This record gives sequence, structure tokens and C-alpha cells, in this order.
Amino acid sequence: MTETLKPRDGAEVEQAIKWAVAGGKTLEIVGRGSKRRIGRAAQWDMTLDLSGLSAVTLYEPAELVLSAKAGTPLAEIETLLAANGQELAFEPMDYGPLLGGAAGAATIGGVLSSNLSGPRRIKAGAARDHFLGVSAVSGRGETFKSGGRVVKNVTGYDLCKLLAGSWGTLAAMTDVTVKTLPRAETEQTILVLGLDDAAVGELMTAVMGSFADASAAAHVPAAPALRIAETAAAGDAVTAFRLEGVVPSVAHRKAVLEGVAARYGSIGTLDEASSRAFWRAVRDVAPFAASGSAGARDLWRISTAPSHGAEIGRALIQQAAAETLYDWAGGLVWAALPPSDDAGAPLVRSTVASKGGHATLIRAPAAVRAAVDVFEPEAPALAALSKRVRESFDPRGVLNPGRMWAGV
Amino acid sequence: MTVAMPKPDATVLARRADIVAALKRIVPGEGVIASEEAMRPYESDGLTAYRELPMVVVLREKTEQVSAVLASCHRERVKVVPRGAGTSLSGGALPLGDGVLLGMAKFKRIRAIDFENRAAVVEPGVTNLAVSQAVDHAGFYYAPDPSSQIACTIGGNVAENSGGVHCLKYGVTTNNVLGCELVLMNGEVLRLGGRHFDAAGYDLLGVITGSEGLLGVITEVTVRILKKPESARAALIGFTASEDAGECVACIIGAGIIPGGMEMMDRPAIKAAEEFVHAGYPLDVEALLIVELDGPRAEVDHLLDRVQDIARSCGAVTCRASNSEDERLLFWAGRKAAFPAVGRISPDYYCMDGTIPRAQLPLVLRRMQEMSVKYELRVANVFHAGDGNLHPLILYDANKPGELERAEQFGADILRLCVEVGGVLTGEHGVGVEKRDLMPAMFSEDDLNQQQQLKCAFDENGLLNPGKVFPTLHRCAELGRMHVHAGQMPFPDLPRF
Repeated sequence: MTETLKPRDGAEVEQAIKWAVAGGKTLEIVGRGSKRRIGRAAQWDMTLDLSGLSAVTLYEPAELVLSAKAGTPLAEIETLLAANGQELAFEPMDYGPLLGGAAGAATIGGVLSSNLSGPRRIKAGAARDHFLGVSAVSGRGETFKSGGRVVKNVTGYDLCKLLAGSWGTLAAMTDVTVKTLPRAETEQTILVLGLDDAAVGELMTAVMGSFADASAAAHVPAAPALRIAETAAAGDAVTAFRLEGVVPSVAHRKAVLEGVAARYGSIGTLDEASSRAFWRAVRDVAPFAASGSAGARDLWRISTAPSHGAEIGRALIQQAAAETLYDWAGGLVWAALPPSDDAGAPLVRSTVASKGGHATLIRAPAAVRAAVDVFEPEAPALAALSKRVRESFDPRGVLNPGRMWAGV
Repeated sequence: MTVAMPKPDATVLARRADIVAALKRIVPGEGVIASEEAMRPYESDGLTAYRELPMVVVLREKTEQVSAVLASCHRERVKVVPRGAGTSLSGGALPLGDGVLLGMAKFKRIRAIDFENRAAVVEPGVTNLAVSQAVDHAGFYYAPDPSSQIACTIGGNVAENSGGVHCLKYGVTTNNVLGCELVLMNGEVLRLGGRHFDAAGYDLLGVITGSEGLLGVITEVTVRILKKPESARAALIGFTASEDAGECVACIIGAGIIPGGMEMMDRPAIKAAEEFVHAGYPLDVEALLIVELDGPRAEVDHLLDRVQDIARSCGAVTCRASNSEDERLLFWAGRKAAFPAVGRISPDYYCMDGTIPRAQLPLVLRRMQEMSVKYELRVANVFHAGDGNLHPLILYDANKPGELERAEQFGADILRLCVEVGGVLTGEHGVGVEKRDLMPAMFSEDDLNQQQQLKCAFDENGLLNPGKVFPTLHRCAELGRMHVHAGQMPFPDLPRF
């Protein structure tokens, strides 16, 4: 088993990385490890465990800002925000159960490093859009900061954006600041039942271009819908739209939405509590959880233009017997393929390349993740730039080398 | 003129004729401008206190030509300054005497409008407002709305990460851009993003946005377009103390309301604006708030009632809600004309742009008054109250010896104060030349070194827009040197498992 270093503060993180640089060691950067199985399977000399850096250091609800040490549990932050009627509007998903781990094990640093978001991505943005400031230690062992604690800030390069979604390959974050937002007063979800692909696409476009102002729009085919408690009784595919806001607004927009959707199919409604539970299941892709009937399948996460989601899904269903689920008004496709030596990578890559977008292999055995690209391969000039960017933070390749791409 | 630009390189200037000839081979016709008279309009941007004639101006409208110009300059080690409409208020497009000024404003086709995916693909010289106009017939718009939106270009908006009055609710440029085509200094053309969300690998689009033209030249932008809100109403709320106005802003947000716009003006700004446009602003108040709610009518009416209740409980002395679209626009007319209004009461004014944590507003306004006395210059304030972005307008007369210098020192003191109270040097105007030498007030040497290392990954010879953003220019080789202390003991007291 790999030896683990567990620093207690930013100074010790710097000390640890300096030591690794001097000794030519590589480090695996982890929070509480809930997303450890995402990425290329690679070996590192030691593990740098940041879960000891745990505390909310500033929270000012009226200023919509929260700062925490990077290893602070997300659950602790979400509980604190909820007690003040606030939330992280980007609705970070929980990868735990999808990867065979426990629910609720994420840290705020991990959420930002993987640029998580959930169904509200279409309205509120991803983690990157709420990441205001950071203090981190680069692969040179130097502590640097970027951003601040205010929303409006263009002072210097926005390194928060680069660190978001860098999977610990540029720097080890020690302190982060995020934007918080008020939680909606209420929510309701409108379900349209039993639609085929063509009708779903048309309906999504109509709703997203209407005054309904949906904060989430998903399509769950019949098989996965049966595995979500709130939709199991429907016995059919559901197309779902969430309305959030103050009571009179939600009531008004519900009428708008029903007006648009009525001609497509029969309509159902989920009340506030059921709506919350349903979108949690969509957010965490619960129908494909490791413990469920699709748990042994290899799982791809595909981001594409909303109008192309259904076509990509159809190709993977027809050619690889995939099970699919569509979020982000069709722009996020979760595709679970029967297990194979290459996780269906050639088909997935070529299908996505023909439509535009990118695919990430979220779940597959380590041997598969060592054999195929987990992250979308980049065109040569872009790959070369990404490598230079990586080297500008970590010239010796100390932090999570090989996790995103081989040799980077 | 307190910020010094790098000295022109005599060896480059000596090759000027050859460089111009090479550019003319790439860009035949009128795209290369080399006469002093014709280059004069390009000598400065919106920060007019700084002027410099470029070595040569090149106007381009095709990606391949931009790529060829940059590759040629890269080979010849010639500096390049990209320019959109030239509306930067921080000197981001200030030319260099030994550099090419690459004008992008002719690059102004709208390439695609995709309502199905709620995206528009536009060339960088398209103006901000033209994007909204192109999708208006279908009830859509592009959300970021900097006050220069009639003139400023999308390429410049991306370079500066421009904001506007609606960004508390709808975000700034970086939150509304999906993709771009980028030409690196070596001429390589890259595509980042597309019509989908989020980056496949590193979020290079995220770091290009707001990089002030130092990392690459943008030749195409894909933006998100949004459905226009169904309705909007505004309230005009006056307070006898700025503390009460600040408290009101905090209470509105504390009540879970995120207005579409929330602007504050202080007494001098109110007076100047009212005298200019007669918007009906109260003249007996110290602070005036404009709070705008947008969305379905039922929501707007409901929330506007709550906002007015909150305002009264915070001690508002006047509170009026707009009852027609004309009245709403009138409420805004004064705010939107605040800069020219101040221009009428002073020969010159200097517009600052810091951001502070909102709760610090009363302190910052008080300290600003003390500075006003010290520097013997008046100051008027408009403030994006929702997000803490201050725009103090320092009034001066450039014809009076020493006043410009005093105004600059006053401005620098305000920005240092913003940092001191937990804010930042610039909220939306950019660092450029203007705030370059103040960067150490906010960033340590290691912070700035990491940023400059990143610059090296894009532009190893430092040819793209040098002299902006960073107070000290370093060679990439020198920055890249690592100080490794081999044989150091591995921290004896660090927990290990």
C-alpha cells in the first residue's frame, strides 16, 4: 500500500510538495477519495491526503460568500448553507454511489477540482462559475493565490477556472472561496410521459425557449425511470422540467409550461419533496449506481450540444446496447455500456466526434482505464498547449501525473 | 502618465520597412496602415491619458490572415497588441511604438444563430449590442451588458471578461461564453469549447477570458443566448445615509432576492445625473438605490412589494416603484447617463473600478471623502451595489498643472483601499496599463510568477501585448528555473500512514 502524507495546514502541504520535488517523487492528491477511481489508472509514489485541511473559515450569507479549507466535507458546507436558506447553486453531484463508495463523502476541494455540477448547470453554471478564489501549492512547491472573495473581479488571470476541472494535476488547493446563493422558496416538477426521441427534442427546445424558465430539464427512458422511486409508478419514459422560485412565480410558470407541453403527452406533477428527491436521483445518476442492476456496466459522461444528445444516445443504444439518461436539456448524456475490454471507447469517441462535444469514461475497471483514454483526447496543437500549461504549474510532473492523459 | 511602458527596441524599429513589407505580402490592399496620419486614431483606447503611435497597424478579417501575421511576427520577434473597438478603460489596447497593432473590428460577421441550442457564433469584431439585436426577433438576448455595449466588441469583451449592470443575476462574460477560436502568438489556430458545456480537459477558455489579450487572439466566439425576461420593474429608493442603503442591499439579498440589477449612486452623482436628464431623482438624499426585478409579472410584482417593505424597514425616505415601461426606463436614464453627467460638471473625470465586500461600503465612502479633501479633488460614486463593484469618478482638469497626477494618485489610493478591505483592484475594466504597477498590492511575487509562467505556456517570447498587467517583465527561462534543495529532511512532524 502506498504511503500517505496527511498535512494539517497549507504550510505542511507546501513542505510535502517541496520534499517530493526534491526527492523526485510523484504524489496522488486526494481529499476523502470519493472520486479516486475516476481518471486513468496510474501509479504514484505517495498519497497526499488533504482531508486534514478541514474548516469553514468565513461565511457571510448577505455577501453570498463562503471560504473553506480544501478538505472540508461538502456535506458540512451544504448543511451550513441550508441552515441559512442558501445553497451551492451549481448543485454538485455525488459520485460516491456511482463508483461503489459511500454517499456524502465529497470535499469542497474535490468538487472544484473536478468542476462538478448537477441538473441546474443549464441555469446556474458549473462549479467553475462559482469558484471565486483559491490558495494552492503548485508542483514547484510554491504557494500562490488567485481571485478573491468578491464576484466581480478581473484582476490578473482567472486561475480558478484552470484549477476547476484539472483533477489535481496543476496544484494542490489548500483554501477556496465560493459564491453562495439563496435557495428557491419552492419547487415543482412537471413530468411529460412516454415520449419518443423526436418528440423529446422538440419539447425540450420549446420549453427552453419559453418563459417557463426551467432550472432543470431531463429525459429518463423507461428502464432507468423504473429505478427512481418518484417515477417508477409511471411505468414509462419521463421528460421532466423543474420550476423553482417564489410561489406565485412557480404557479404562473407551471401554467406556461403545461401550455407548451400539453400537446406532447400526458402530464404529471411532482410536489416539492418529490421533486427534490427526483432531481437528486438524476443528479447522482442513481439508476446506474454501482449497487444497482446497471452497476457492472462501463459508464460514460458525454457533454454535447443539447440538440445532439438524443442522436448520440440512439447510436450507442443501437450499436452497443447502451442504457442512457439525458440531463441538461439533452446536452448531458449518461451512457452505460455492457462491460468490455475497451468500454466501447472507439464507438463512443467516434460518435461524439461526429456531433461535437466530449466524453469521459467515469466508471470502468482499472485495467480498462489503463488501456483507453479516460478523458477526451485533444487535437495535437491543443494537447501540446495543455502539456505546456501543466508544466507551467508542475514542471517535474509531481502532482497526479498521468491521471488525465498519459505522459502529462 | 505615471506608468512607464517598455522602451521601444531600436533593432526592431530599424527593420520597420522590412516588417511592413512582409505584412503587406500577407495582407494586400488597405489592411496595412503605416502612415503617421492614418495611424493617429489608433494611438490610444478609452484611457486617453496614455497615447503612443504603433509601429504599424494591421486590420484583419480572416483567421488565416491573423494566423499568418502572428506567425510572421513570432519569427521576426515583433510585438503585437490586439485591439477590438478600442473602448478599454485600462489601456489594454495601448499601442507599442515597436509593435504591430492588430485591429479586429472589421471581423464582424454573425456566423450562426442556433436557437435550438441557445447559442450564437460570432466574429470578434461584432459589437456586444449587435449580438442581442441579431436574436431579438425570437425573444432572446446576450446577457452581459457593459455600458459601452453600442461600441465594444465581443472579442474585447472576452479579453476583458466584461460585466455590466445585470451580472449579479446573469453573470459576466466568462459565465456566458461557450467556445472560441484562438490564434496563438506562433500562429497556431485552436478551437476551445463549442455549443456544449464545460471543457474536455483544462478550462483554457476560462483562462483566456479576462486575459487582456496577453495569451492569444480571439477570431470567433460562441456565446450563450437567453430568453428575454417576460417583464421588468424598478424601484427608486432614497436614503439619508449610505449606511442605510448598504443595509438595505444586504437585507434584500438576505431575504433570498437576487435582483436583475441593483445600482447605487451617492449625492454628487445623483445631483449631476438629475440636472442632466431630469429623471425625477430626489435631491435631498445621500444615497439612491435602483433595484430592478425581472421575470414573469406575477413574480416581479410579488418581489417588488417585498423589496419596498425591506427598504422602508431600512429607513428609506423615498420609495417609488415604476408603473410603466417608460417610467422604468426613466429611472435608469439618470444612472446610465451618470458618466456624461459628471462630464458636464468637470472638464475631465477619471473613472475607477474596484470591487469591495459590500459591507465595507460605508467605510470606503468615508475614507474616499477624506482622500477627496487631501487631494483637493471632488469625487462622485456610482456603484454596482449587488456585486460590490465601485466606480468612483474623480473630477479634475487636465489643463491645470498637476491635477491629472493628483487624480491618478487619488485613484491608486482608492484601489489600495479596496484591496485593504478585502476587495480587488479591478472589477470589470481590467488591469491593462492603468493598474499594472498596483498589482503587488494584491499579489505576492509567487502569485505573479505563477501567472507569468502560464503566459509563457502561450507565448514563450512575451510578444503578445507586453507591458500590460504585469509590473515586471521576466524572460520565460528565468521564470522557469526551479530552486530545488535536494536532500532536505521530509518534515519530521507531518503525520504519515
